[in-house]
Amino acid sequence: MTDTTNSYNMPDERGHFGPYGGLFIAETLIPAVEELDTAYQKHMTDPEFMAELDKDFQYYVGRPSPLYHAERWSHELGGAQIYLKREDLNHTGAHKINNTIGQILLAKRMGKTRIIAETGAGQHGVATATVCARLGLECVVYMGAVDIARQALNVYRMELLGAKVVSVTSGSKTLKDALNEAIRDWVTNVDNTFYIIGTAAGPAPYPAMVRDFQSIIGREARQQCLAQTGKLPDALVACIGGGSNAIGLFHPFINDAEVKMIGVEAAGDGLETGRHAAPLCAGRPGILHGNRTYLMEDDDGGIIETHSISAGLDYPGVGPEHSWLKDIGRAEYVSITDDEAIEGFHALTKMEGIIPALESSHAMAYTLKLAPTMQQDKILIVNLSGRGDKDMHTMAEREGIKI
Amino acid sequence: MSRLATKFAEFKKTGHKALIPFITAGDPSPEFTVPMMHAMVDAGVDIIELGVPFSDPMADGPVIQRASERALEHKMSLRRTLEIVSDFRNSNQDTPVVLMGYANPVEAMGYEDFSQSAQAAGVDGVLTVDLPPEEAYECATLLNAHNIDQIFLLAPNSTNDRIKKMDAVGSGFLYYVSVKGVTGACHLDTSDVQKKLIDIRANTQLPVGIGFGIKDAETAKVIAGLGDAVVVGSVLISKIEANLSAPDIAKQEIIELLKSMRFTMDNQD
Repeated sequence: MTDTTNSYNMPDERGHFGPYGGLFIAETLIPAVEELDTAYQKHMTDPEFMAELDKDFQYYVGRPSPLYHAERWSHELGGAQIYLKREDLNHTGAHKINNTIGQILLAKRMGKTRIIAETGAGQHGVATATVCARLGLECVVYMGAVDIARQALNVYRMELLGAKVVSVTSGSKTLKDALNEAIRDWVTNVDNTFYIIGTAAGPAPYPAMVRDFQSIIGREARQQCLAQTGKLPDALVACIGGGSNAIGLFHPFINDAEVKMIGVEAAGDGLETGRHAAPLCAGRPGILHGNRTYLMEDDDGGIIETHSISAGLDYPGVGPEHSWLKDIGRAEYVSITDDEAIEGFHALTKMEGIIPALESSHAMAYTLKLAPTMQQDKILIVNLSGRGDKDMHTMAEREGIKI
Repeated sequence: MSRLATKFAEFKKTGHKALIPFITAGDPSPEFTVPMMHAMVDAGVDIIELGVPFSDPMADGPVIQRASERALEHKMSLRRTLEIVSDFRNSNQDTPVVLMGYANPVEAMGYEDFSQSAQAAGVDGVLTVDLPPEEAYECATLLNAHNIDQIFLLAPNSTNDRIKKMDAVGSGFLYYVSVKGVTGACHLDTSDVQKKLIDIRANTQLPVGIGFGIKDAETAKVIAGLGDAVVVGSVLISKIEANLSAPDIAKQEIIELLKSMRFTMDNQD
C-alpha cells in the first residue's frame, strides 16, 4: 500500500491521522490548544523563527549529529551496513532536546512564563529543565514516584537546573500518571502555562508539532546517507515508546517507498506474559491523553499497567501517527524483550565503544536480528536516540553489581 | 422529548432550580450506590450524576480520583455502572440519570452497543469529559437516536463561538465548569460566574447547570440564583472517604448536606 503515501500529507486540518489523533480533551484546554495551533502554524513558516531554531540546533544542541558507519559491528553481523544516527551526542544526551528547544521558542513567542512537563526516564524532564534554565523560565516537571526512585540521577539533574520535580503518587505512579497530573496542572494554570509534551502524542497539534521538531533527525540522516553512500538507506530502525525519535527519523523518508521503516516496541517480559509496553504489537485503538491511538487496555477500556526495563518506553499508548502508519502498512512494528534489549546494549558497547540508553538498546537488539538477514550492500540506519549513562544503576543492579 | 428536557421544561415553569449530586458508581462499594441514589432522591435532588470510574481521570482532583480507584478495586466498569442504573430504574422511573466519565470506556464498548445498552438501562444523559464537540458527532448522533442527551461542558474561557457550537450539538443541558481546574477546586468566584452566565445565556437556550467548587448550602444558594441547576460532587465524595469504615454515616452526612442545599436553594431572598 506504499503508493498511497506518495503524497503523504498527514494530519488533516483537524489533527487526524485517519481515525487516529484528534482532540480528546476537556473544554478548558480547547482555547489553549487553539492558541498553540495558531502559533505553531504561524511560526513554522516564519523564516525568522526557523533561523533561530536552526541556530540553537547548531550551537546549543550540537547539530548535525553524525551518521556513523558502525563498520566493526556490521562486519561482525555479516549483513547490512549499519549506520547509527548519533542522537546520543546531542546536548543532554538524547533526541529529546530537539523538541524542547522548539517548543520553548514557541512558548517564548506566545508570552508564556511558566513551563510544565511530564517525564518517564527523566530525559524529557532534563531536556525541558535545560531549556527553561537557559531562558530563565519557571519549570515544573511531573514524574511518577516509581520513576523517581529508579531514575534518581535525572531527578538530581533537573533540580540542579532549577526545575521543581513533583512526585506523582496516583495510579501506577509512572509516566502515564505523570501525564495525567501535568494535564491537571495545565487545566488549572492554563492562562500563563505552556505544556511541553515530550513525545509525538497528545491532543492536536502536539503529534504533528513534535514530529516536525524531531524531523531534523531524518532530514539530516537522509542527506548524510546520500552524501556518504550515494543512495538512500534500505531500512530504518528506531525504538518506540511514545515514538518521537522514530517519527523524527521516519517522516522525511515517508515518500521514499523503497525505504522500509521499522519501529521497535518494548516487549518487557514477553508479549505472551502481558507484562510489556507494546500497544502497536499487542494492543487496540482507544482514547487516552488527548488522542485516539493504539493502547494497552482491558476489556472495559481501563488502561493497564505496562512494564519495560526502560522507563522511557514504559507507556501504554503511542503517538497516533504510528497507529496510522501501522494500519496503512507503511511502517512495520516489532517488539524486543528486556533480555534481548540487554543483549543489544552489550553488543553496541563492546563492538563500537558506544553505551546506548536502554530505550535505544531495543533498536540495537532488533538490529542484531535484522542486519544478518540483509545483503552486505544494503544500508540500515538505526536511531541511537540516547546515551546510556542514566541507565548505569539499572544495569549494574540487574547484573548484581554494586556501584 | 427526553426525560431531561421534560424535567427542565417543568422547572422553568415553576422557577424550580435543579439540584444535581454527583457520586462515583461503586464507591466505596457496589452495594452502596443504588440505595444512596434513592436516598438522595428522597432528600430532594432532581437529577443524579453517576461517575463512571476510569483508570486515568485526567480532569478530576484527588478526591474523585480516589473514588475512581476505590470503585475500580471493586471491578466497577461501564457495564456494571449500567447495571446500577438499571437497578435504580426498577423503583424509580422519574429521576433523570446522567453518566459522567471519560471517552475510552465508551470507545471500548463501541458507540452503538453503548447507546443501546444505556437506553435499555434507563440512562438519560451522557457527559464525556474528554469528548469535545469536535470529536463527539458520531457518539452524539447515536445517543440522540436512542433518546439520550449528550451533555457538554463549558469553561470560563469558552468563547461565544464555542458556546454556540455546544448549543448546536448538545442537548438536555449545558454544564458550566465554574473554575479553570479540576473537580474539587476551591476558588469559586460567584461574581465571575455571574458575568460568564450573561454570555452563555446570550448564545444558548439550553438550561445551564453549574458545578466545580460548590461545597456548602450558601454557595449552592447563590449559584442557584444564576443557573438552572447546581451540581455538587467532591464535597459529597469527601464524606464517603472520611467514613470508609462506616458508609451509613457517610450516607447520612450526604443526605443532610443535600437537604440543607435544597432548603437554601428553595428559599431565595
